[in-house]
Amino acid sequence: MENHSAHSEHRDDEGSRLGMWVFLFTEMILFFGLFLVYAVFRAKHADDFHIAAQQFNVIIGAINTIILLISSATVAMSITAIQLNDRVKAIRLLWITIGLALIFLVNKYFEWGGKIDHMLYPGSDLVTSLKQGQILFFGLYYFMTGLHALHIVIGVTLLAYIASQVKKGKVNANDHVLLENGGLYWHLVDLIWIFLFPLLYLIT
Amino acid sequence: MQNTNYLYPKGLKGWLTSTDHKRIGVMYLIAIMVFFLVGGILGGIMKLELAQPGQQVMDAQTYNGLFTVHGIIMIFLVVIPGLSAVFGNFFLPIMIGAKDVVFPRLNLLSFYIYIVGACIAVLSQFAGSGPPDTGWTFYAPYSLESDTNVVMAVFAAFVLGFSSILTGLNFIVTIHRLRAPGMGWFKMPLFPWSLYATAWIQVLATPIIGITLLMIAAERFLNIGFFDPTLGGDPILFQHLFWIYSHPAVYIMILPAMGVITEIIPTFCQRKVFGYQAIVISSLAIAGVGYLVWGHHMFTSGMSDLSRWVFSLLTFIVAIPSAIKVFNWIATMYKGSIELRTPFLYTLSFIFQFMIGGITGLILGSLATDVHVHDTYFVVAHFHYIVFGGMGFAFFAAIHYWYPKMFGRMYNERRANWAWGVVFSGFTLLYFPMFILGLQGMPRRYFDYLPEYTFGHVLSSIGAAVLLTGLFMMVHTLLAGRNGKVAPANPWGGKTLEWTISSPPPLENFVEVPTITEGPYEYK
Amino acid sequence: MESKHKHITPYRHYAVVLVVLLFLTAVTVIAAFANIGAWGIGLALLIASVKVFLVLYYFMHLKVENSIFAIFTGLVFLMMAITVVITFFDYLYR
Repeated sequence: MENHSAHSEHRDDEGSRLGMWVFLFTEMILFFGLFLVYAVFRAKHADDFHIAAQQFNVIIGAINTIILLISSATVAMSITAIQLNDRVKAIRLLWITIGLALIFLVNKYFEWGGKIDHMLYPGSDLVTSLKQGQILFFGLYYFMTGLHALHIVIGVTLLAYIASQVKKGKVNANDHVLLENGGLYWHLVDLIWIFLFPLLYLIT
Repeated sequence: MQNTNYLYPKGLKGWLTSTDHKRIGVMYLIAIMVFFLVGGILGGIMKLELAQPGQQVMDAQTYNGLFTVHGIIMIFLVVIPGLSAVFGNFFLPIMIGAKDVVFPRLNLLSFYIYIVGACIAVLSQFAGSGPPDTGWTFYAPYSLESDTNVVMAVFAAFVLGFSSILTGLNFIVTIHRLRAPGMGWFKMPLFPWSLYATAWIQVLATPIIGITLLMIAAERFLNIGFFDPTLGGDPILFQHLFWIYSHPAVYIMILPAMGVITEIIPTFCQRKVFGYQAIVISSLAIAGVGYLVWGHHMFTSGMSDLSRWVFSLLTFIVAIPSAIKVFNWIATMYKGSIELRTPFLYTLSFIFQFMIGGITGLILGSLATDVHVHDTYFVVAHFHYIVFGGMGFAFFAAIHYWYPKMFGRMYNERRANWAWGVVFSGFTLLYFPMFILGLQGMPRRYFDYLPEYTFGHVLSSIGAAVLLTGLFMMVHTLLAGRNGKVAPANPWGGKTLEWTISSPPPLENFVEVPTITEGPYEYK
Repeated sequence: MESKHKHITPYRHYAVVLVVLLFLTAVTVIAAFANIGAWGIGLALLIASVKVFLVLYYFMHLKVENSIFAIFTGLVFLMMAITVVITFFDYLYR
């Protein structure tokens, strides 16, 4: 049913969440553009993509997937905690989420570092000497994981801010739409990784 | 009484930090009019170069930079934000009976992002290695190779996209959550409906251009190869991505224009709008199908035959809802008591020009004819008929329609009608010859031409001078309107909610929140 | 009107969904090592889609939200799918 309550000074949580969802759609479509590029080039250079993907360690990718899935669950649980008026637990769950995100970034850092040590980065002499499909795969790998990592950094900042608001009591059992929206953003980061993982690591 | 409207208290700081949707709308209006005149003057300089064959006032490279900046300013700074940012901001909340948009601070943020993007766009013309010369389309691989300041212009478009997304987001949620009690979806006026359809395109299409522009920047800095055939990339993929956004962007421009026209016609005919639901559905259909027709910009690019006819078919399908709207407008006028006031003159010329633009669009949407006229002046004429003759004239119609409401004064109607006459004649003289030049084979984006095209170009350049004169007359009339007669609350006898409140509107629009019991256009 | 949102999801539900997600991750990794050929990518994407659905439906609360949220999400995914199909009209038949 339609809800016209917002005319009073009443807060409109559902409106806030709808706004967040619409924003998430834009994020989905931003990455969708990249997935479309991936699909086109994979269709064109399927074999090269297979060969290039062998450079990647499935285990590291899987660990990062597990990390993000757990962090997604913890941020969802922190909403339950705040609804049950358990602020300490909510904050603790948020910090666990942030910690997991940082572990993800450290893994990513070593993965990128390892690749770059092996001269596998866009524009390097080694990469430009590869076959075309492999050049594109490495380009896509850096671009997609780089943009995703940027979103992780934004998400961590957002969640840290929200944790501080929970601590101050500004986000509480009655008014926690900020935490819900922060959680939604974090789930989105997870969603994108769920697709990135098989497409970048599991196509050998 | 006088001092309770939104224009008070005066003071620059109060304006620049205001989250009031009306003030933000007026700030957009000023910014957009300034950019429009700048873009128009740049266009005028191009017509000066083209007034005679041979080099007149500039060399070829300067001309390349000029048509690029003309395109970037007009597309990204004027017509895409245009109606929704100015009149959408000002009138959407009023027309649905709300005090403001749902996220007022986000609204102000989106205005400042627009200003920042605009500054970067202007700066890209002066900073770095010369003005970009790729055209506003930034086609790869040239945009990857050009020595000019492409990255900065691309970044400006990226930032402006953010502003557009945030405005769209705000409008969607506003329409969902803040309609007045009793205003069901099908009791909402049609301008808000068109803004709703537009907002969804803004939200769903703009990210694609964002990621595409990021890829262009990455290509230039990191040499990744997405669009570079020597590294396995595909330049046509750039065209796909670019038009997945930029074709829907045309509907971002034209849908609110149709919405404005649909508001004006019932008022000046004193007649209930014909086929309300058909207009709503065709707005949504245009938004939906319009998302899927991008490939008709690429018929000669070398994409597959199958996709060419699919895109051609979809293009013809999207013509249907557009035509439905035209029929509805005409049917609304039928047997109405028509009053030929200034806004209605602009409205009539909108319909006339939009039909020419639309039907020539079908010529371009057919595969065989498109091959002949692709990248000629025919295309230039077609999209100026849609974007300027359509969206631009709807913008002028809107400003003349809502001026008394926005500023509480009347402009001099006789002078405004004269300005309309000059603008309309200048427009026709400027752009109509381009159709013929295009059919004769005059290619677009050239700073020179063969002598046989001289006559058409001369006519067109004279038209440009007339048009610019008319525009300055119009702006002058509007500015002089500051000291005009005090406007009543409902000067035209309109029925939608904005006419029920005083002119200019009070700070929070409604003293008492209205309750809606009937449709928006219940003329007797 | 707050009543709709007083819905509190127990911790246990999230834990169960998480276990399912981790299980699906294990399946997809094992399937990749098993090397089942051309179907591999299809299976991996199918599993990814199921995981995405679970995250959307449970973690992101589409289950308890106003149904308009789920409708919009569905339409956005549909639009992306159509866009892919139309783009491939070019790439598969060039």
